[in-house]
Amino acid sequence: MPGFIPFTANAFVLEEDDVDTDIIFPARFLLHTERQGLGRFAFRDRPALLDAYARAGKPPILLAGANFGCGSSREHAVWSLHGMGVAAIFAPSFGEIFRGNCANNGIVAGGMAAGTLARLQAMANAGHALSIDLAGQTVTCAAQAFPFTVPDSDREMLLAGWNTTTRILALHGKDIAAFETSQRATAPWLWTEEADA
Amino acid sequence: MTSHASPRTLYDRLWGAHTVVRGDAGKDLIYIDRHLLHEVSTPQSFELLRDNGLVVRRPATQLAVPDHAVPTAERGGTIRGELARKQVALLEANCAEFGIEYLALEGQQQGIVHVISPEQGFTMPGISLVCGDSHTATHGAFGALAFGIGASECGTVMATQTLWQARNRNLRVHYAGTLQPHVTTKDMILALIGKIGAGGGIGHAMEFSGEAVASASMEARMTLCNMGIEAGSRVALVAPDDTTFTWLEGRPRAPQGAMWEKAVMYWRTLRSDDDAVFDRIVEMDAGAIAPQVTFGTSPDQVMPVDGLVPAGPARALEYMGVEAGRPLVGLGVDYAFIGSCTNSRIEDLRAAAQVIRGRRIAQGVTAMVVPGSTATKQQAEAEGLDRLFEQAGFAWHHAGCSLCVAMNGDVVPEGKRSISTSNRNFEGRQGAGARTHLASPAMVAAAAIAGHIVDVRKEFL
Ligand code: SF4
Repeated sequence: MPGFIPFTANAFVLEEDDVDTDIIFPARFLLHTERQGLGRFAFRDRPALLDAYARAGKPPILLAGANFGCGSSREHAVWSLHGMGVAAIFAPSFGEIFRGNCANNGIVAGGMAAGTLARLQAMANAGHALSIDLAGQTVTCAAQAFPFTVPDSDREMLLAGWNTTTRILALHGKDIAAFETSQRATAPWLWTEEADA
Repeated sequence: MTSHASPRTLYDRLWGAHTVVRGDAGKDLIYIDRHLLHEVSTPQSFELLRDNGLVVRRPATQLAVPDHAVPTAERGGTIRGELARKQVALLEANCAEFGIEYLALEGQQQGIVHVISPEQGFTMPGISLVCGDSHTATHGAFGALAFGIGASECGTVMATQTLWQARNRNLRVHYAGTLQPHVTTKDMILALIGKIGAGGGIGHAMEFSGEAVASASMEARMTLCNMGIEAGSRVALVAPDDTTFTWLEGRPRAPQGAMWEKAVMYWRTLRSDDDAVFDRIVEMDAGAIAPQVTFGTSPDQVMPVDGLVPAGPARALEYMGVEAGRPLVGLGVDYAFIGSCTNSRIEDLRAAAQVIRGRRIAQGVTAMVVPGSTATKQQAEAEGLDRLFEQAGFAWHHAGCSLCVAMNGDVVPEGKRSISTSNRNFEGRQGAGARTHLASPAMVAAAAIAGHIVDVRKEFL
């Protein structure tokens, strides 16, 4: 995953609250076992929304309502948004698993106070472009600054483009082994299926 | 250094016991003791392992089972849908390649992940458990730190046995008093979601307490914890007690003999201190809770069955074909579904069976029972429940997720109204354009028989 690079683009406003992962990625397409090419399924049961998105020129920024991405853990929702070209989403709040999935796929999921977001939505609807600075956690639009937040660790990861898994192994392999040795002694019933180290 | 003097919540205790590294960017590296896998959320996780040349660190801590995509109307022979067949075959092949135990579709141990894991004793108090599925909080009913994760995270867990996770705040939900007859923990959790909202628990781990929780069975506690995510909480907990230990003892994967004694000694320490500080407390009066039914397209759009539809988002009311100011009672239903990881355990089936005993479903209603596991199905058959359901006109299915997520061929047609024991009434959840009302097993059975939504307390005493 490449690290985040600041960019400027238009935004699409999706005001509805509680847009769940079934709306973003209908369950019947979950039979697909790949990650690529899922953009065609995003919002499939919301043709009016897709039309409006297309008319807006398919911008890579979404300004969404509260609790965006609530519901299922399906990472397909994030892969499909990524596939349709979404790179950043701002909302008053997010479904937590969805937000973690965004970070793992290089999508900025920024929390923005409802009032700030409403002002930004008005600017976006008026056709102003948004500039996203993740390190500074600020969107700039028509010379005004709109602050947002991304949890520290997610921001670090997005900016550096780290692979979480290999990074854990490289930096914390010893810590994990030490934890395991200690747990074997204190909670041996969790280790009965494994031969002694 | 940990301070033994400061009071802690159950969640804090579990978190502390699984912290490998305390992070300085808001997340801790948490050790994961157990991982459940199913066919839908893991194909890409195994890709992640392959792409990076990684192996599974502790295969014995992983357990895989097909549940979401599997047909439930029939079993045996090949799966008809090509994509589903390939998806299930891929899970089996991936498990073989990486040394993970796979519970075959045809086997005795198959079923919905959140039903079979406790049944097998794979779920235990005090462990951390994850699954690429948002209803993983179900296992919190045992006092386990259990939460749903994404597919990338499933790969991270397999390779490292850890995850970077943000520690939640503590929310206590206290249910004082006892439930009225025909009111269940399903109604308790729906009432809570209605009160705090679908995003009301975001960032919080919930712990349930009070008389109505302490007196609840393990099945009922699992129903309660299962839907924490519908209020935005990834973690939902009940402190383990004798009810928990009695339920678990002797299960195939639970500790045995001296190990069991040692484990129980530890498990008894898993509770919130009396003076533990919660960031937030919600008080519920269990005795005042009526059977709940959802009227909209989010689980927080819920009401007592004897009430009137409140003013709600126009889009939701229109989608559902309901009107503000009118009752739900009397609204005709086309489908009745008893199943899902929320309400497909033996007690749920018994509760529904008790309501239907001797009666038949109304004309024009399609009704089905999908047990949560093959073992549950067999138990129900041993008790004669299958015959009872079939005589009443219900279809009796094999175990799986089925109409909860409608990706296995079971589907509610567009515009049709369904009353369902599952956990999500989202737009399109049971099929594109399908209208879903969530309720308890007794309420669903009662509606199937009446042909419309009824108050089970009034019609079936
Ligand atoms: S029964 Fe429904 S909620 Fe439960 S695991 Fe299956 S699809 Fe998910």
